[in-house]
Amino acid sequence: MSAEFLQFLFSGVTLGATYGLVGLGFSIIYNASNVINFAQGEFVMMGGMGTVFFLGLGLPMPVAILAAIALTTLFGFGLERFAIAPARGANVVTLIIITIGASIVMRGLAQVVWGKEFHAVPPFSGDEPITIAGATILPQSLWVLGITVLLVIALRFFFEKTIMGKAIIATSLNRDAAMLMGINVRFVLFISFGLSAALGAIAGILVSPITLTNFEAGIMLGLKGFCAAILGGLGNGMGAVAGGLIVGIAEAMGAGYLISEYKDAIAFVLILLVLFFKPSGLFGKTGTERV
Amino acid sequence: MEKLKSPRTGGILVLCAIIAILPAFLSNAFQMEIAILIFFNAIVCIGLNLLIGYGGQISLGHGAFVGLGAYGSAILSMGQGWDPLLAMVIAAIFTGVLAFVIARPILKLKGHYLAMATLGMGIIISIVINTEDQFTGGPDGMYVDGLSFVTKQIHWYWIIGALLIFSVWASLNLIHSPIGRALRAVHGSEVAAEVVGVDTTRFKVMIFVVSAVFASVVGSLGVYYSNFVTPDIAGFFHSIELVVMVVFGGMASTFGAVVGAAILTTLPQFLTFLHDYEHLVFGLILMLTMIYLPKGLVPTITAFFKKGDKS
Repeated sequence: MSAEFLQFLFSGVTLGATYGLVGLGFSIIYNASNVINFAQGEFVMMGGMGTVFFLGLGLPMPVAILAAIALTTLFGFGLERFAIAPARGANVVTLIIITIGASIVMRGLAQVVWGKEFHAVPPFSGDEPITIAGATILPQSLWVLGITVLLVIALRFFFEKTIMGKAIIATSLNRDAAMLMGINVRFVLFISFGLSAALGAIAGILVSPITLTNFEAGIMLGLKGFCAAILGGLGNGMGAVAGGLIVGIAEAMGAGYLISEYKDAIAFVLILLVLFFKPSGLFGKTGTERV
Repeated sequence: MEKLKSPRTGGILVLCAIIAILPAFLSNAFQMEIAILIFFNAIVCIGLNLLIGYGGQISLGHGAFVGLGAYGSAILSMGQGWDPLLAMVIAAIFTGVLAFVIARPILKLKGHYLAMATLGMGIIISIVINTEDQFTGGPDGMYVDGLSFVTKQIHWYWIIGALLIFSVWASLNLIHSPIGRALRAVHGSEVAAEVVGVDTTRFKVMIFVVSAVFASVVGSLGVYYSNFVTPDIAGFFHSIELVVMVVFGGMASTFGAVVGAAILTTLPQFLTFLHDYEHLVFGLILMLTMIYLPKGLVPTITAFFKKGDKS
């Protein structure tokens, strides 16, 4: 394996893990509510920008990070309670537009409060690159990967072993049946939006020491996270993570070996090819439509 | 008299009247500019509404078709020295053929997968326009000569206004034709439509192509009017803006598309006094409208008056 290849692989896996976390957020909300949340990218932005903001207030790094996650989670709760819940029963396109409205509001808010400049979150443990077989990797990349793995394991545990997690799964399988079994579906939706917002925030915090962040940073991250979720089969959490890694690696390899000007297009070309040949995503169930 | 109350004739007459008297109330070139911009957006939205409102298919990439028309015209007329109108026609044909080719694989997809695919298509086209700067001028955009025979702004007003009336008329006729009924059947239930013998794929492809051509022609005329084009026209936000106009005004309502375009084109102008808070307030208005009037403005208002009629 050449050092160059390894280098591209490192950067691809790092970005891919971030896309995977964003995609996971899409999947959780989609499962619980059938809504595609176009404000997911703004959760990511808010995580990064929030950390910058709380650091600026003089809070130590771990506290600033927790505060940013808490702030973003509040926005997630708020989105469900004040925008999605009142619009229950509206059709899919209307719901999509409500979340687009929410993303405009959050971007507008970030721009007013935090300005338009780019900000950097300091790396968690220095920026001295580590050399592995001739390629270098930033310590922050290891943080991204490590925390992504931990989160995936924690989420598996949450969904399989806890009552709340099982309630979310039950709701996603059949909302009416879940309700009849005494599951508080409204609360499940509420929690899903919060959880998804928290995941987005964490992704944003992890990646912003590498990519910088500003009020518009969530747009592309959100869209590529959406690619990851679709690639993995919408609603399939682990699929979204795998989808994220595939998108990230394809992007890094494509930009490195083929055409760097078209770096941002690679994710979308990939998704179109996959959808043309396998319309339900790589790991999605090929369901039949109920009439 | 009954006929006048029907949206087909009555609505068009009202629209004609508004377009005819509006110039008397527009006191400066800027207001005139906004009116023309509304007409442009309304025409794209009428085409997009056929796809979203009647065909039940979503497109988050229609800005790309406007962009193809705009850049097709710009490149052919400026780069190749073609006649602007010929350039417009060729750009429209090219856009139509492209839409036709991608329609089959794309429209096989449903719901969110379709949203993703159209979004991806739009973003790819917009990235190509941004990157191929030897043809397109890249992110800086390019200058385009106007039409030599239309020089005054008021002439543009009448031409685009007439085109808008024609589009509304064509759209209403299409909806009330067998094609329109077939489309609504597809929207209602694709399987049921197929069972009764509607070739659903053919109709979906057709309406996709029609809406893309609407968008392309508007893109071409838009650059001839403004003499300038930037890649934003093909971007994700323009696509979203168009869908928002359609849904805001009311899906499956031709006049809804016009009203949505009118309000959402004007609203940002009224909000400029808010400066930095402009986007925040715009987003809030959008959210509140969609939460409390999920069917959009025009259908909600019509339903309100119909209820009044009965009592």
